[in-house]
Amino acid sequence: MSPATPVALYSDAIRERWRRPHFRGELPDATAVAEDVNPLCGDRVRMTIRVADGRVAAARFTGDSCAICTASADVVAESIVGRSPAEAITLTSEDVLTTLQADVRPTRLRCVTLPLTVVQQALGPRS
Amino acid sequence: MTVRLDEQTRGDFPILARTVNGHPLVYLDSAASSQKPRAVLEAMAQYYTTSHANVHRSIHTLGEEATELYELARDRVQRFIGAASREEVVFTRGTTDGINLVADALGRTLRAGDEILVTDMEHHSNIVPWQMAARDRGVIVRAIPLTRDGLLDLDAFDRLLGSRTKVVAFAHVSNVLGTINPVAAMCARARAAGAVTVVDGAQAAPHLLLDMSALSCDFYVFSSHKMLGPTGIGVLWGRRDALERLEPTRGGGEMIKEVWIDRARWNDLPWRFEPGTPPIAEAVGLMAAVEYLEKLGMERVAEHEGALARATVEQLSAIPGVTVYGPRADLPRGAVVAFTVDGLHPHDVAALLDQQGIAVRAGHHCAQPLMRCYGIVGTARASFSVYSSSEEVSLLAHALAALRTEL
Repeated sequence: MSPATPVALYSDAIRERWRRPHFRGELPDATAVAEDVNPLCGDRVRMTIRVADGRVAAARFTGDSCAICTASADVVAESIVGRSPAEAITLTSEDVLTTLQADVRPTRLRCVTLPLTVVQQALGPRS
Repeated sequence: MTVRLDEQTRGDFPILARTVNGHPLVYLDSAASSQKPRAVLEAMAQYYTTSHANVHRSIHTLGEEATELYELARDRVQRFIGAASREEVVFTRGTTDGINLVADALGRTLRAGDEILVTDMEHHSNIVPWQMAARDRGVIVRAIPLTRDGLLDLDAFDRLLGSRTKVVAFAHVSNVLGTINPVAAMCARARAAGAVTVVDGAQAAPHLLLDMSALSCDFYVFSSHKMLGPTGIGVLWGRRDALERLEPTRGGGEMIKEVWIDRARWNDLPWRFEPGTPPIAEAVGLMAAVEYLEKLGMERVAEHEGALARATVEQLSAIPGVTVYGPRADLPRGAVVAFTVDGLHPHDVAALLDQQGIAVRAGHHCAQPLMRCYGIVGTARASFSVYSSSEEVSLLAHALAALRTEL
């Protein structure tokens, strides 16, 4: 194999968030919890969210997931803090990818959207 | 000196000449779907260019030519799998379709308390159709567990097998572990218990010399697209008496002899199970694939792919942080090797390898119960076909050894 260093597969932001996520964990006093899987790969993300005074006060995630999905979950958990549940569920994959300074191929987009889906399940109208 | 199989065949597969991300393509995902030799591509193009029409009912030259080719494909498949007669060869849309056909039909014969035995190493396509057959009927689906070596626990099989067992459905070759299950021995035990046997041959048909009389199962299913043929067609083989006992569950043209408004009389085997216009061009392509494999010789194919799998197990096992799943290197194994890399998700492994032009599968491989047995979300998987080479195995091993520093 040629020893040439390949162009980095993922952005620095993705790699940093994957190695050292800030919001991994479980909130013991969560008011909203949801969990879902990516049927393509079996990745699982669980979000525990505390809503207080109509705003997301804190969010944490756990789960087995790839670098992109882990980084996305970390950004999502960070981004929804301070928002109302109605605002939190409007977060988009574009927002997440902007924060991650990354573009992903269509086959990996579900890795980005899984944490968003979980937040929608936790905070959406049906929850 | 004999020519290596990959050296002999590689030039027949035009796609292998392309590059991916600036590197020559190293295609190690043949168990998901193999690439196609020129003979298959040309046979299908030739059919559409010169002979296409609908089969069986068109009384004109093209209709006759198309019918002749379609039925000739059946004869070729019959020979390829050692079936006793052409009536035992039913064309389906693929392995999944074949299992669903059998599960649907057998399901209607089951009663509350009956049991269906599958295994913990099954592909979802050999689990979910049985769940559907069991649903609403009070039928129970159980699974034969695995040993620590990734083999089926045959003692547990004997304990699970009983008078309530009506169906035993299992893979000939595991699509994740590569385990080659003892089909004939398992079918003999199942038959003694009065159960019907259904074997998923999706990973075996591309890799092993098949002989339906020696396997002695009731039903055997496989896909064309994993054995150098086109997508959209597969084979359900059924022992004649087993097929005759099976009531068709899908109706339409071609599967009938006579139709009245309130009833119909079924056609003969095998057409009874082929309603509607079949995949004709795909049958022509499958025929070309089967002839291609026969020319190579399936013993030689199995030896070539088995040697690659062994080399992969040995080379990957030697890399720190890499875990290889499935039977020990000295045990028989199909053309697949599943592995994980410490600290890296399988999808990231696959994406990193893809950057170097190496295509491997990653994820749960449609075998989530098996993943749970091992306590993992998924694995990466390298798999081989006639065109795969030992150089490609080395490229994979080198790339993996360097991988952990790259993400």
